[in-house]
Amino acid sequence: MPLSNQDILWIEEPKLGLLEQLYIPAIADGLSTTLGHIFKKKVTEQYPEQEPKLPANYRGVHRLNRDEAGRVKCVACYMCATACPAHCIDIVAAPAPPEWKDREKYPETFVIDELRCIYCGMCEEACPVDAIELTTLYDLTGLNREEMIFDKEKLLSVFDMTTRMGTDPVRTQAGRLGPASETPPTANLPS
Amino acid sequence: MPEFDALSTAMMIVGVIAFVMGTVAYLILAERKVAAWVQDRIGPNRVGPWGLLQPIADGGKMFLKEDVIPSHVDRIFFVLAPIVSFSTALLAIAVVPVGPSTPPPAPQSTFAEYEAVQTAYAQSLTFAIQPGLDIGLLYLFAVSSLAVYGVILAGWSANNKYSLLGSLRSSAQIISYEIPLGMAIGGVLIYAGSLNLEQITAWQRNHGWFVFFQPLAFLLFLTAVFAETNRLPFDLPEAEQELVGGYHTEYSSSMKLGLMLLAEYAHMITTSFLLAIIFWGGWSCFGLESVAGETGLPAILLRFAILGIKVFAFVFLFLLVRWTIPRFRFDQLMSLAWKVMIPLALLHFLVVVVVRYLELPMYALSALSVLLFLGAGCVGLVASNGNQMPRRSPQAARLGAKSLSLMPQ
Repeated sequence: MPLSNQDILWIEEPKLGLLEQLYIPAIADGLSTTLGHIFKKKVTEQYPEQEPKLPANYRGVHRLNRDEAGRVKCVACYMCATACPAHCIDIVAAPAPPEWKDREKYPETFVIDELRCIYCGMCEEACPVDAIELTTLYDLTGLNREEMIFDKEKLLSVFDMTTRMGTDPVRTQAGRLGPASETPPTANLPS
Repeated sequence: MPEFDALSTAMMIVGVIAFVMGTVAYLILAERKVAAWVQDRIGPNRVGPWGLLQPIADGGKMFLKEDVIPSHVDRIFFVLAPIVSFSTALLAIAVVPVGPSTPPPAPQSTFAEYEAVQTAYAQSLTFAIQPGLDIGLLYLFAVSSLAVYGVILAGWSANNKYSLLGSLRSSAQIISYEIPLGMAIGGVLIYAGSLNLEQITAWQRNHGWFVFFQPLAFLLFLTAVFAETNRLPFDLPEAEQELVGGYHTEYSSSMKLGLMLLAEYAHMITTSFLLAIIFWGGWSCFGLESVAGETGLPAILLRFAILGIKVFAFVFLFLLVRWTIPRFRFDQLMSLAWKVMIPLALLHFLVVVVVRYLELPMYALSALSVLLFLGAGCVGLVASNGNQMPRRSPQAARLGAKSLSLMPQ
């Protein structure tokens, strides 16, 4: 849209008076500002001792959620692996055990290369069963590349750890749907 | 004529240099701390309690780092430049009385009287490396203006256009600001009647501080001192953002760079001492200095404390101004020196001379000094027509608006 005259606010610069020409009041004003900041509350977070408070929708290390029975929630549908722009998710699906009545498949292996991941959050958006999530864990380090490739057990252990620490992400809370999760698509279908 | 004790002089030299070096090291920490506080941060706090061991760690690092001399530099001048900077900075402090001082006695009519006052003077205490030097201030200005050679040599030898630009700016700046610096002192010298800093302190103790009589001279001196020490808002020689460090770009972070930085901070200390001694009465403070008597350890300590507080107040001002006023543009810097400060300093000197000649009371001098400053402000107001910034005229601005409204919607 081109600018119209109403969009423009023409401002006259303030004229410098005698006090401004003397510089001293202006400098004193500036000095009082800087001096005031010296006594203000400091914003520094002293990191190793003082951990940052991250918002619940922070995109850190992944976790694989468990359902109420403690099983992995993932149904090995490959939605996350397809959505992933970095191709860092590698799933090998297998037929679900016969006693798991609610699904046909489950992931035999579920590997995320945390070094390739760009932490965009597409996987958790794609997941139809809220099985994969990004947590607020940010201090991900490793001594070699192999350590940074997270398999299913490790991803489930991230779930256990974050649940224990009470730092669950927004989408679900310990396996249940959280306040930020969308309602299942069936509820909105036009009847 | 009485002899001065070589041993006590040596002790004084060691003491003053150790004090200056220690203060300089901690000044770097103070600078980082103040910078952090002004920016709502905490500042260095990892090395020792509150980061107090940081300067020692920094110094150790400086000594241990590899000293790289780039292949394209002029080796002799490259090595000479930090030495010149540092030694002139240290030489300048030699005449500054860092504590209580006794002015050298006036000439006497008979030899016996002369001998008596000289003997008394030799037994009195003056905490300066070279006490009683009659050309004190002249020596100080001479030595500290040599410091510009360090900057120029560093910039020239670096064979790097940014360094050269920095050092050229620096030479122009320091030469320009030395004129108001010297002229601002002129009025003080006329009243104190001596270039000796002890004498100037003694005069102020008897008559009152010069900052009250010649506030404009103090202001000019303060401004010029900021330029002389290359501090913001006049830090154009270094100007990290424009000149990648200016004249010390080519120095690796070894002891050569360390010497350059130490020299700058040493200049800050020297000039803070000068401001306190020339304009704020040195160790005198309206009789407070005599509370603990005239001689003896308590009196000496009290006077040290008075002078120390004044000096550190100025050092703190240096640190605070750095985060308050943005850097001047080079043409603004030059026009401030040549069009504002030098004429003002000249006029002020003239006023002081007239007041002194007509033997007007001191408060008349104070009033005239302030009036001169206000008058300069009025002249600036008239000359600039209220605004000095280049800007579009309102007509042009409205024309621009019209042409915008004519654009196809």
